[in-house]
Amino acid sequence: MSKQISDEVLLDIHRRMVRIRIFEETAGKLAEDGKIPGALHLYVGEEAVACGVMVHLSNKDWITSTHRGHGHLIAKGGEFDRMFAELFGRSTGYCKGKGGSMHVSNLDLGMLGANGIVGGGPPIAVGAGFSNKFRKTKNVSISFFGDGASNEGAFHEAANMAALYKLPVIFVCENNGYGEYTPQANHQAIVDVADRASGYGMPGVIVDGMDAVAVYEAAGEAIERARNGEGPTLLECKTYRYYDHVGVRGMGMTYRTDEEVEYWKGRDPIDMMEARLAEQGILSKKDAEAIHEEVTKQVQAGVEFAESSPMPTPESLLEDVYA
Amino acid sequence: MAEALEKPRTLPYVSAINEAVREVLNEYDNSFVVGEDVAGAGGVYGYYHGLLDEFGPERMYDTPISEEGIIGLGVGAAATGCRPIVDLMFMDFMGECMDEIANQLAKMRYMFGGRATLPVTMLTMGGAGASLAAQHSQSLEAWICHLPGLKVVMPTTPYDAKGLIISAARDDNPVIVCLNKMSLAIQGEVPEGSYSIPLGEANVVRQGSNFTIVALGRMLHEALKAAEQLKEFGIDTEVIDPRTLQPFDTATVVNSVRKTHRLLIVHEAVRFGGFGGEIAAQIQEQAFDYLDAPVGRVGAPFSPVPFSPALEAIYVPSADSIVAEARKLLGL
Repeated sequence: MSKQISDEVLLDIHRRMVRIRIFEETAGKLAEDGKIPGALHLYVGEEAVACGVMVHLSNKDWITSTHRGHGHLIAKGGEFDRMFAELFGRSTGYCKGKGGSMHVSNLDLGMLGANGIVGGGPPIAVGAGFSNKFRKTKNVSISFFGDGASNEGAFHEAANMAALYKLPVIFVCENNGYGEYTPQANHQAIVDVADRASGYGMPGVIVDGMDAVAVYEAAGEAIERARNGEGPTLLECKTYRYYDHVGVRGMGMTYRTDEEVEYWKGRDPIDMMEARLAEQGILSKKDAEAIHEEVTKQVQAGVEFAESSPMPTPESLLEDVYA
Repeated sequence: MAEALEKPRTLPYVSAINEAVREVLNEYDNSFVVGEDVAGAGGVYGYYHGLLDEFGPERMYDTPISEEGIIGLGVGAAATGCRPIVDLMFMDFMGECMDEIANQLAKMRYMFGGRATLPVTMLTMGGAGASLAAQHSQSLEAWICHLPGLKVVMPTTPYDAKGLIISAARDDNPVIVCLNKMSLAIQGEVPEGSYSIPLGEANVVRQGSNFTIVALGRMLHEALKAAEQLKEFGIDTEVIDPRTLQPFDTATVVNSVRKTHRLLIVHEAVRFGGFGGEIAAQIQEQAFDYLDAPVGRVGAPFSPVPFSPALEAIYVPSADSIVAEARKLLGL
């Protein structure tokens, strides 16, 4: 614990996590009701990672995301109305309904897209980091990726290049213990993805990915190093997704036990943050409830915006293929 | 530019590539070159020679042998305000980076609802004829012409190499420039300074009245030789170089076929599933009533590119094999 974190930052992290949680729970219900087409990869349980990192960033800092990308965009400042509109396939969505859940993006917020390809993001984050350095900015780029993606060749190439060029890139591994439905022990022979960092010549750091404050502090150090021209860091956040790889359910599955899910839910990042905030006298239980209610209303407004938005016109099908 | 055109010089294709890259780096401060051996070595075929000295290490970057990393770097840098030139040493290496080409570079703009702009120029080398065998000799343009979001050009002459690379770099879309290793020493007139060649416009290289050959890449030169040989059979051949494959200038070919009524398509790539099939389909759709014969195709046989010069010589289409196919098609 390096320096005192302001109440303002703690409350900011908390609110961002609540925004993700309620958005995702709502999106999951809408998907089950058949209102959202296609595949949905929910971020519930992993909120501390996105929010602990993102409070350090401005819109000029870039991130690349994953197939589980809603949380990253919300934490980066994404608006509910345009996000739901995108998930609903409406023309008012961030991508005019052409990307959907797996490609939701907003370059104005520095968010280079969710990505349907596991391992697709790290090379792009290296490109953004290269660009930041080439254009002589102090901005960083963050690549969010999972334990599964750490086995992709693309990650290896990207990590090596970032370290070689000392680029302002932070590789944030969201290790949720599963590559799709395959437990980590069955997809790699290591326990800590951060072990791989030394092979690239960059620091590897492990944090409790359910503890937003721990993520915030570790990310802060990595980002500061990057801004100072000291190169990339591999930051591994041990976390967990409450729902399945895709869709909702999550419990009663053959690939993991309900006890395991309950264990991780007992370390819920929002509950832990609210306990901390209450203990420090920053946010009472009642005030926290008020935030949940307020965000719920905002989420409902976002859903209404999406549902009342027009579908893309047939004419738009061939637009945006080329500049 | 008009002034430049008044004093043509002769340069080899390789030097034309070099001049084009130099022009682009001069024109755009946010442009740089990344790739394997592009800086210190000046490129494995020498077409970046001297550019490290001229532009310095901040514009010319040697990379690890990491093709997916290289293309991904281009995608990320372009999306965030740069105009990169990415070098993929051999077109065959697309297998190493096809995700970044097909799923990221080609699609990002559309997936993001038009809110990303990716002015990436990718230079890559294809073609057989140098005994480089099955993994360094392919012509894989059909792979990338199938991907909406990409533009694909195939320069055949030094003039086209320079002009098309400059046009590619000025374009706000990803453009893949398919160079040809057997054309590096070909000489041709190249104006000094900067000039562009419109993307998507074919070049009628030779006028003719009763037979049309559309020839891709290096096959242009073989087609021109074939056209001379066909004169003795009373055939007056029009030869078209598409220059750009994606978007393809169908109209120029249709106009030619309306006049000549016969069409032969020639490319170095394997014939089956090659780009010639697409051209043939488009022409039968749009000019069926003007055709007096089936559309013919000349391409490589359905095998990997062989190593032995004895086999490679019969594998790659030549003026003779074009003439033979033309005679069959025309009943001569």
